Amino acid sequence: MSEVVMRPARVALVGNPNTGKTALFNALTGSRQKVANYAGVTVERKEGHAVTAAGRSLSILDLPGTYSLRARSPDEMVTRDAVLGKLAGEEAPDVVVAVADATNLRLVLRLILELKAVGRPMVLALNMYDIAQRQGLRIDIEGLQRELGCPIVTTVATRKRGIAELTAQVDALIASGALSTDNTWHEPSAAELRGAHGEAQRILRAYVRPPERPDTFTGKVDSVLLHPVAGLVILLALLFLMFQAVFTWAAPVEDLVDGAFGALGALAAQNLPDGLFKSFITDGLIAGVGGVMVFLPRILTLFFFIILLEDFGYMARAAFLLDRLMGAAGLHGRSVIPLLSSVACAIPGIMSTRVIDNKRDRLTTILVAPLITCSARIPVYALIISAFIPSRTVWGFANLQGLVMFGLYAAGILSTLAVALVIRRIFWRGEVEPFLMELPTYKTPSVESVLRNLWQRAEIFVNRAGRIIFPLTIVIWFMSTFPGPPAGATDPAINYSLAGRLGHLLAPLLEPIGFNWQMTVALIPGFAAREVAVAALGTVYSIGDADAHVGALADQLAAHWSIATGLSFLAWYVFAPQCASTLGVVKRETNSWRWPLIMFAYMTTLAYLASFLVYRGAVAVGWG
Amino acid sequence: MLTQPEDATRVALDGCVRLSTVRAGDSGEIVELRAESHPDGHGVDVHELERRLLEFGFVEGARFEVLHEGAIWRDPLAIRLDDMRVALRRRDAEDVWVRLDAK
Ligand SMILES: Nc1nc2c(ncn2[C@@H]2O[C@H](COP(=O)(O)OP(=O)(O)OP(=O)(O)O)[C@@H](O)[C@H]2O)c(=O)[nH]1
Repeated sequence: MSEVVMRPARVALVGNPNTGKTALFNALTGSRQKVANYAGVTVERKEGHAVTAAGRSLSILDLPGTYSLRARSPDEMVTRDAVLGKLAGEEAPDVVVAVADATNLRLVLRLILELKAVGRPMVLALNMYDIAQRQGLRIDIEGLQRELGCPIVTTVATRKRGIAELTAQVDALIASGALSTDNTWHEPSAAELRGAHGEAQRILRAYVRPPERPDTFTGKVDSVLLHPVAGLVILLALLFLMFQAVFTWAAPVEDLVDGAFGALGALAAQNLPDGLFKSFITDGLIAGVGGVMVFLPRILTLFFFIILLEDFGYMARAAFLLDRLMGAAGLHGRSVIPLLSSVACAIPGIMSTRVIDNKRDRLTTILVAPLITCSARIPVYALIISAFIPSRTVWGFANLQGLVMFGLYAAGILSTLAVALVIRRIFWRGEVEPFLMELPTYKTPSVESVLRNLWQRAEIFVNRAGRIIFPLTIVIWFMSTFPGPPAGATDPAINYSLAGRLGHLLAPLLEPIGFNWQMTVALIPGFAAREVAVAALGTVYSIGDADAHVGALADQLAAHWSIATGLSFLAWYVFAPQCASTLGVVKRETNSWRWPLIMFAYMTTLAYLASFLVYRGAVAVGWG
Repeated sequence: MLTQPEDATRVALDGCVRLSTVRAGDSGEIVELRAESHPDGHGVDVHELERRLLEFGFVEGARFEVLHEGAIWRDPLAIRLDDMRVALRRRDAEDVWVRLDAK
C-alpha cells in the first residue's frame, strides 16, 4: 500500500568490462535513463528507472566495468566507491546485480567473491547466455546458486530475454528483507588474490562444463586482423574509410546545418532593429552556436564508426596493433582512440580519454590531443593555401596544394608524438605503466544499441560544448564589439574594440614572426574557434561575408601578405592553442586550471618558435 | 663475480622461461609469478604489477597459448589465457615464469 510512496530501491550493475552491462541496463530501463556526471569527478553516470512486475520502482545505476574493487582508473574508482557507498551524494545500493559473461566466468567469479565480502544483497545475471548455449557450455545453475549463496538469472541482454526474471529476483530479495551483512572488504594482497583465484577455479570445475563447440570465429578473425602485415593494412584502410566518411559524407549535412544557421542569422538581421541587440543575436548568439553545431555531423559520423568498431570488439585490436608505435612516444595503445577522434575535433577526443586506465597516460593524451590536425583548422589552411600555394602538379601526379595540406597533417601527427615523449620525460621521468588489456570476443553490433549510444554522444557533446563554448563566444563577441567605433570612423569597427586594442598591443610581439597588426587583431576573435579566424580576417580586411567569398579574401591576403607571412601563419595554426573551448574542456576533465595553463603555454611557445623559423627561413630564400 | 644487487634473487627456475621470451605458437603453463625485475621500470611498484597480473588471470597453474605478436619488435603479445584473450607487453611479462609444452 505504501509501496508507491517509498523511495525506489537502488540497484547497481557491476561486472567486468564487455560483459554486456550497458546492454542489460538498456534492456532494463528502455528510454527512461539519464546520463550525467558524478559529483566532482568527470566519470559518466548512467541512471535509469525500471518497474518490477510486482510494481516496485527500481533506480538502476550502470557502473563502469572493472576486474577488481581495487580501483586503478577514475572509472574503476567510481565503481568501487559506489558499491561501498562512499561516493559523495550517493547511498550504497540496496541490491548489487553482478553481470557476468556466461562464456567467460573465471575473472568475474573472483570479482563476485570480492563483492560478497562487501555484504550487499546480490543477484548474479549470467548474460550472453545465447552464446553459451550455442557453444554447448553447461552450467549447473542450481549448484552455483547454492555455492555462491545468491540467486542466478540467465539473460540475453541484446534480445531482452530474462529481464523480467531478473527484476523479479531483485524484487524478491528486497521483499524478503534481505539485509546487508557486515562489510569485510579490504584491498586484497597478492596472496589473497591467489587464494581467490584458486577458489574461483574450484567453483568453475565443480559447476561449469567446458563448451562442446568453443568459439573459433574470434580466433579465425584475429589471425587476419592481428596479422603483422594484413592487420596493419586493414587498420589503415579502415582509418581511410573513416576519414573519408568524416570529411566527405558528412559534408552535405554540414552544409545543411551551416545553411540553416546562416538563414536564421539573415532572418534575425532582417527583422531586428540595427544596434547592439542585433549584433549580439546575429554575431554573438547565432554565429556562436552555429559555429559549434556545424561540427556535429562530423563528430557523429566519427562516433558512429568508433561505436560500431567498439561494439564489434575491434577497438582493442587497433590498440594492440598500434601499441608499440604509441609506445615510442611513451603512450599506450589505449591512446589511439582519443587521438583518432581528435582528427574531427579535440573536444570529443579529450572526452574519450576516460577509457585510459592510468592517470599519466590520460593526462599526456589530453595534453597532446589538440596538436592533431582537427577539422576546424581546415578552413584556415584552405584559405592560406589557396592564397599562397600555386595549384600545380609536382612529380607528375601530386597537386602542390594537396601536398602542403598533407604536410600540415603530418606535422600535426609528428609533433603530437614528439610532444608526448617530452611531456613524459619532464613530468614522469619516462616511466611507462603496465599495459594489460582483454581482447574481447567478436560480436555482431546491435543496431539499437549503436543508435542509442550515438544519440547519447550527441546529447553529451551539445550539452557540454554548449555549456563551455557558448559563454566563451559571448565573451569574445563582447571583446570584439566594445567599445564601438567613434563617429566618423573609417577603419573597421573591430579596430576600436577591446580585441582590436589587444591586437595592436600584441602586434610588436608577433612582428618577428612576420604577422601584421591585422593578423594579430584577427587572432583574438579567432580564439573562440580556429575557423573563426577566416571570418575575422574578412572583418579586418573589410570583406563583408568572408565565408561566402573565400576567393576574394584570398586575393586580398595574397596582395597584402608576403609568402613568408602566409607560411608563418600556417605554421602558427599547426601549434597555436587557438581554441578556448578545448582549454575549457581540459579544465573540466582534469578538474584543475593547471593543465589548461600548461597546455596554453607550451602550445603558444611551439607556435611562436615554428612560425619564427618558417618566417625567417622563407625570408632567407627570398619569399619575404 | 659481478652481480647486480637487484639480480640477487633472480634465480632461473628449472626448465622454465620468462613469458617475455615466448614466441607465437608457444603454449604451456604458468609456474610462478614473481615481483622482482626492474623495481623502478613499470611506473608502478612490482608488487602492484604482480597484483594486476593476478587480477587478469596470470596465476600459477593457468594454461596459455601465444596467439599473436605485434608487428613492431614482436610486441605486445596476444595470449589465450585459460578461456580468455589478453594482450600485454613483453616488459611487463618478465616476472611470469612459464613451462613450455614440448612441440
Ligand atoms: N549475443 C549477445 N551479445 C550481447 C549480449 N549482451 C551484450 N552483448 C553485446 O556485447 C557487447 C558489449 O556489450 P556492452 O553492453 O557494451 O558491455 P559493457 O559491459 O557495458 O562494456 P563496458 O561498458 O566496456 O564495461 C555489445 O556488442 C553487445 O551488443 C547478449 O546477451 N548476447
